[in-house]
Amino acid sequence: MPVTINIPTALRQFTGGTNQVEVEAATAGEALDRLTALHNDLRRHLYDDRNELRSFVNVYVNDEDVRHRLGPATPLNDGDNVMIVPSIAGGLTTEVDREALPSLSNEEIGRYSRHLIMPEVGLEGQRRLKAASVLMIGTGGLGAPCGMYLAAAGIGRLGIVDFDVVESSNLQRQIIHGTADIGRPKIESARDRLRDINPHIEIETHETRLSSSNALSLFGNYDIVVDGTDNFPTRYLVNDACVLLHKPNVYGSIFRFEGQASVFWADAPNGGGPCYRCLYAEPPPPGLVPNCAEGGVLGVLPGIVGTIQATETIKLILGAKDTLVNRLLLFDAWQMKFREFKLRKDPNCPMCSENATIKELIDYEEFCGLRTQTEEPKDMLEEITATELRRRMDANPELQVIDVREPFEQEIARIEGTKLIPLAQVVARMNEIDPSRETVLHCKAGVRSAMAIASLKKAGFPGRLINLKGGITAWSDEVDPAVPKY
Amino acid sequence: MIELNDKQRAEIAAHGERDYPHECCGLLLGRFTPAGVKTISEIYPISNAREEQAKRNRFLIRPEELLRGERYASERRQEVVGFYHSHPDHPAVPSQYDLDHAWPLYSYAIVAVRAGSAGEVRSWEMEADRSKFNEEEIQYSQYSANVSLLQGSDVL
Repeated sequence: MPVTINIPTALRQFTGGTNQVEVEAATAGEALDRLTALHNDLRRHLYDDRNELRSFVNVYVNDEDVRHRLGPATPLNDGDNVMIVPSIAGGLTTEVDREALPSLSNEEIGRYSRHLIMPEVGLEGQRRLKAASVLMIGTGGLGAPCGMYLAAAGIGRLGIVDFDVVESSNLQRQIIHGTADIGRPKIESARDRLRDINPHIEIETHETRLSSSNALSLFGNYDIVVDGTDNFPTRYLVNDACVLLHKPNVYGSIFRFEGQASVFWADAPNGGGPCYRCLYAEPPPPGLVPNCAEGGVLGVLPGIVGTIQATETIKLILGAKDTLVNRLLLFDAWQMKFREFKLRKDPNCPMCSENATIKELIDYEEFCGLRTQTEEPKDMLEEITATELRRRMDANPELQVIDVREPFEQEIARIEGTKLIPLAQVVARMNEIDPSRETVLHCKAGVRSAMAIASLKKAGFPGRLINLKGGITAWSDEVDPAVPKY
Repeated sequence: MIELNDKQRAEIAAHGERDYPHECCGLLLGRFTPAGVKTISEIYPISNAREEQAKRNRFLIRPEELLRGERYASERRQEVVGFYHSHPDHPAVPSQYDLDHAWPLYSYAIVAVRAGSAGEVRSWEMEADRSKFNEEEIQYSQYSANVSLLQGSDVL
């Protein structure tokens, strides 16, 4: 049957500019098939990947919507007019279409039943969790409990980024890894544990060091990013990439007995929230804030903060109102107290305000002063290895070795014949170090002793100061395995 | 590229503010020039056809509404050259949902409305293979009475 098809303005570029095409067809569906056979590029605009007419494509036969008749099977008569009429739709995707949410199997319904019977979650909420994707940066202290609970909660797609290997000193807090995993890449050990917790979810592993060159493409594939990092360059990188991509950043950090948590989301509904830079515009000078390897951390603490992060992640997906957006939660395990600060968006924030000056990712090592720090002292700082120290101690009885760690650290492990002056006292007790003798300083890993040398030089200490590279840990590795590593 | 005068920009912004916290939507009427530039002659607001609870983050222009707009435009020797909508409390960047529902050729102008006040307006056109939106330049001109007189004569 010859019929004419009216082509809407938007699609005329695919029909050589013409607004009417004549085809032979017995049904509306057949007419469209003939049309798209003639003009191949039209097809992807009219049909989706499952070969169904797109929801916003309306087909009228003689001014009547075929959906009200027999759909594609609507019969055509000689000279009928088939019209393709667009409906125009769009909008934000924060609220997922109900019909687009994945369904749950009977086994999943059983598994998540304690969620399903709460109205705040319910079937729809659980389906949202299944539709969601979360990227966790790090599978360490924070990532371990957070990942385990997110997996258990049924987050559909969980991405994990790490490049480290499991060490025995991790196991005091990183409960996602076990003793049998020592020496394995963390990413593999974490994946196996998460899979065991919940085989219904997808786990994506990214064994890579997060950097300015891969952060945007990595984050782009996920709805929410959970920051479980332990250093400032990565923390600023995670923040900036999240702001640029308009994604929520679920933040947590820990030190000794204290923890912090918040949700940084510049594009949060109802006016947007602050970002990490609104709170801390600049990183602290390098070395001022020790990390957990230097300062220690209560093993349970990341368990508490990491599960707060998991809670907030789940609430964001469920659309909860009272999240940690605009709030900074402080936790002190030693006092067992929670405190809360209200956060405000910095109107001049270089990252997330209207006046933002940063439009792309930068060099975060340099921003945090680490690049210059490692270059400069290299020239000025004299260093020796543990093996060399052993040799010099034997050869030169005049050599003095100063231990700048804390007394309780010396109780755990010590090098015989050393004098203890904790870092904080080193300048005040400078007169206890004989400047006429060669002096080696050491700490646990070599960072604090390098700082002690810098402070002593600044204070005008005239003698020769040498840093023990790798600290007492290197001593245990190279010289005396009887000295425990901690 | 799309040509818009400051009065039309203000109309889009005002519509976004009026409908906040819901999404507003409407048609951009004008002409496709041979050089690929779209010149806008009129902003044609449409009432968002989404049910109440979905209006917060969705808009829908029904086919009948679009046909009505096309008829109105052709009576004035204009065409529908694109659409505008607002993103309440979100940047003026198209979402995946926008892309999934987009038509080629048309301009999709988006106004960001934060906490009730309109901010940036940006315009986008979908790549013909449906893979992404490309931002298009908005050329702003000053509104002048002459322009509207010329449009008036079109009607006659």
